[in-house]
Amino acid sequence: MIAIVDYGVGNLYSLQCSLKRVGAEAVVTADEKTLSNASKILLPGVGAFADAVAKLKEKGLDELLKEQAKTGKYIMGICLGMQMLFDESHEYGVHQGLGLIKGKVVPMRGLIDERLKVPHIGWNGLRFPRPHFLFKDVKEGDCAYFVHSYFATDCDESVIAATEYDKLLTAAVAKENILGCQFHPEKSGEVGLKILKAFCEV
Amino acid sequence: MITKRIIPCLDVKDGRVVKGVNFEKLKEVASPVELAKYYSANGADELVFYDITASAEGRSLFTDVLKRTAAEVFIPLTVGGGIRELADFERVLSCGADKVSVNSGAIANPDLIKAAAQRYGDQCVVISADVKRVDGKFHVFAKGGREDTGMEAVSWIVRCVREGAGEVVVNSMDTDGVKNGFDLELLDAVCRAVDVPVIASGGAGSQEHFVELFKKLPAVDAGLAASVFHFGEIAIPDLKRTLQKENIVVRI
Repeated sequence: MIAIVDYGVGNLYSLQCSLKRVGAEAVVTADEKTLSNASKILLPGVGAFADAVAKLKEKGLDELLKEQAKTGKYIMGICLGMQMLFDESHEYGVHQGLGLIKGKVVPMRGLIDERLKVPHIGWNGLRFPRPHFLFKDVKEGDCAYFVHSYFATDCDESVIAATEYDKLLTAAVAKENILGCQFHPEKSGEVGLKILKAFCEV
Repeated sequence: MITKRIIPCLDVKDGRVVKGVNFEKLKEVASPVELAKYYSANGADELVFYDITASAEGRSLFTDVLKRTAAEVFIPLTVGGGIRELADFERVLSCGADKVSVNSGAIANPDLIKAAAQRYGDQCVVISADVKRVDGKFHVFAKGGREDTGMEAVSWIVRCVREGAGEVVVNSMDTDGVKNGFDLELLDAVCRAVDVPVIASGGAGSQEHFVELFKKLPAVDAGLAASVFHFGEIAIPDLKRTLQKENIVVRI
């Protein structure tokens, strides 16, 4: 059973349906016991970093996730859920993240070509600096769907996928059992389903 | 490189697709779920469902359709029509919509965009503007194009983006249905004024119109159309190959 962390943020229905499509059983939950018993954990998220972290903390889920990370269980963050895995974010001030992956999250504006639009919304190609099981069935250049205004940096050693938007932006990260996708696999068509399937089956 | 998006728009009334749809391979042409699956498998980058229902029963049929679609189609889904208050955002987002487009609802209540952007994030809020030239000026129209608000369109769109709209759909009433190409003059004016993604709507009649749109206005992010796709006049995979040949980056 895969647990999708429910802390009151984001479209969890699509994520749950996409997991069902790849043959996995998934439950949307904020319950400590269910999360502890789950085989894997997905941490979704949209909206603002500080709000999302505050909501996790309110439910005590930040400490729970850190404990679960130590057990070696696979935990994958999606979009803002990925950003929360890092040490800190510079979205409207500096806010602490879960610190499960080294690096920080910074605004695109000011760091990429000013003619490019922010948010970075749409389908963009993936590049793989090193092989990883998440992308075993996906080709270099396959597109995934992105929606974000901030990106993870200072995390070179964890980057397993990048996407070009003026410069190469972090598209996915992995550090042992901790994984993260900046794009939305549940909204990335067949490519996204292949990535979710790889996660579910590992 | 980010790709240019091609977006079919489905008008849904009482849970069924209206405006004739004509696909040889598709039997259930009036089923939004079947049509969405068809488009998703055939190169659409995103789908827009526009709810033109007036009744409460129709509304619940619509959310039912939305739920069934989101369970089977894994590309972004934008929903518009009848979005007047935050509860309407909640209603469609909980059924699997990713973005919500507001039009008359924002004109009647300009605070709606700000409130929705604060609660659900800018990426979730799309301002859709129906625009028509009146005495040489771009005016915003409300109520499905029936009512001239008298407001200048570009400044209205700029205001909505300032309030938190993360994307803009520009629908030209002057070019809509004419099939003579997109309204490049209007789109250029909007692209110069805002720095969020702009989706062009109204006027597509051939593949060349999409080529012209993205070549002449590289700042436009997506092209939206309805009947040319529904009637099979343009097949999206063919359109994307044409765009690719013209060095316009698309998702194949």
